[in-house]
Amino acid sequence: MWEQISANKTKSIFLAFFILGILLLIGFVFGQFIAPGGGALGIAIALTLWVILSLISYFQGGNIMLAISGARKIEHADHPMLFNIVEEMKIASGLPKVPDVYIIDDPSPNAFATGRDPEHCAVAVTSGLLNILNRDELQGVIAHEMGHIKNRDILLMIMVGIMLGVIVLMADIFLRSMLWGGGRSRRSSGGGQAQALILVVGLLLAILAPIIAQLIYFAISRKREYLADASGALYTRYPEGLASALEKIGASAGRYKLQSANRATAPMYIINPLKAEAASITATHPPIEERVKILRSMAGGAGYVDFNAAWKKVTRSNANIIPGSGLKASPAVALRGAAVTEEKPEQTKRERVRQTTDLLWSMSNYIFITCLCGTKMKIPPTFSRPEIQCPHCGRQNQIPKPQNSCSKK
Amino acid sequence: MGTTGIVLIAAGAVVFILILWFIGAFNGLVRSRNEVKNSWSQIDVQLKRRYDLIPNLVNTVKGYAAHEKGTFEKVTEARSACMKASAAGDIGELGKQEGFLTQALKSLFAVSEAYPELKANQNFLALQEELTSTENKIGFSRQFYNDTVLKMNNKVETIPTNIVASLGGFKKEAFFEVTTAAEKEVPKVSF
Repeated sequence: MWEQISANKTKSIFLAFFILGILLLIGFVFGQFIAPGGGALGIAIALTLWVILSLISYFQGGNIMLAISGARKIEHADHPMLFNIVEEMKIASGLPKVPDVYIIDDPSPNAFATGRDPEHCAVAVTSGLLNILNRDELQGVIAHEMGHIKNRDILLMIMVGIMLGVIVLMADIFLRSMLWGGGRSRRSSGGGQAQALILVVGLLLAILAPIIAQLIYFAISRKREYLADASGALYTRYPEGLASALEKIGASAGRYKLQSANRATAPMYIINPLKAEAASITATHPPIEERVKILRSMAGGAGYVDFNAAWKKVTRSNANIIPGSGLKASPAVALRGAAVTEEKPEQTKRERVRQTTDLLWSMSNYIFITCLCGTKMKIPPTFSRPEIQCPHCGRQNQIPKPQNSCSKK
Repeated sequence: MGTTGIVLIAAGAVVFILILWFIGAFNGLVRSRNEVKNSWSQIDVQLKRRYDLIPNLVNTVKGYAAHEKGTFEKVTEARSACMKASAAGDIGELGKQEGFLTQALKSLFAVSEAYPELKANQNFLALQEELTSTENKIGFSRQFYNDTVLKMNNKVETIPTNIVASLGGFKKEAFFEVTTAAEKEVPKVSF
């Protein structure tokens, strides 16, 4: 019953078709400009380009994204808490399978989800994120990412993103061919006025289309972020977790820049990895303060109805962020208490950082041995001698043969 | 073909539609019942996992805090009461006992706060994380289970599907409510 929301993306789909319209229009005008009557061919070229790129990204998009970001797959033993949280959120969201879990060695705290549908999905988090968030907060972030998977945002954003790319590409080619092939219009003077009109329309389109398409793209992206926040609150039943995570992530975002992110992959992350952003129409994500405020205003419960009410209150808007039928189908969901309580205090930051760095070391095939005196030693994979002396007590320690227990590659 | 023929055909059509509806309603009920069973098995897996983890935890804590005997006994008792209710398939009783177990575990963890060496024990930390996660998983799958039970019970109780339900022997299913008397009051533990 919670998945009702995914059937209710009418507005996003409408905007996506709008971009498709722009794509077809630019294809048509482009074709007409090259040769009168070549409009259909232009449309065909634009569509073919889009379909080919879409197919590639449909089947390989997730892998490409993971490869670009340098993410590495981990198992339960590598980071039990992260893995458990992903399993918990799988149950809460009703996904058919547990997503693969990836980790990115980067001090900038961020996370993203990828995969074309719920059967082929993965979540990736940076080591910086693991360093600063406690259990509740991490759960909030993972739930947000699961929301993207469940709402099929990833596929939508990839498809729309590629349309945008093709529009930019075609506009670029058009402008260039005008620059270099300027003599063409003189030669075909027989066509006269019609050709001149096409030229003017084409020029306007080539300049305006990429801008408009981009603005629409940003609008869709922001809306999807809000919906993923709503899902995050619903799945965890604890909006404060996500709110406090966003606050922490936002506070440290200014300090680090995610090395592997670029403009194409930016909308996939939980916050924009590229810049500290203002509330503007050129932002892929809504401002963090606003997202936090909305989540903290969810006093009555964790359901979509509560998120919608909070969103209306904070943005002072009369429209609904969540479509009406999604609201109707959403049952009331009570909030729950924090997992991190007095009886179960959270790990200290120091313990967390140690756990994360140990994970990264072991992923680089370092071997850990603990001496009898309690000293923990990390042995690099290049160390070739069979035993090592403990720097504290001087005992000789055998180095076990490397076993590929935790990391791939 | 006279009027009787038309009446016969009309009556036949009505009966045919009724039969179709009956089959549809019956299959819907079967589907709901299977969903309930399926979502219960999800909870069951987690409950079993929790029962398996508890002896390990108790043993680990015993190694550091042997004289907290009362706390251990409570946990062990609550665990066996849960397993009994689970084996009997009494969901109402199970919910009550699970409440006690959760409470007993809470006080066990509260007790362990007083032993810094225990808190530094890797095994203990790992068990604590697994138990926390298992509890969360129970909580999340409980929500899902209760949703499917609600759907099933609505079908069994409302007209007209209730007719099909009583003919086919479909019964209302029990909600899984972990009695939260324990959760409402914050446990006070003094050392």
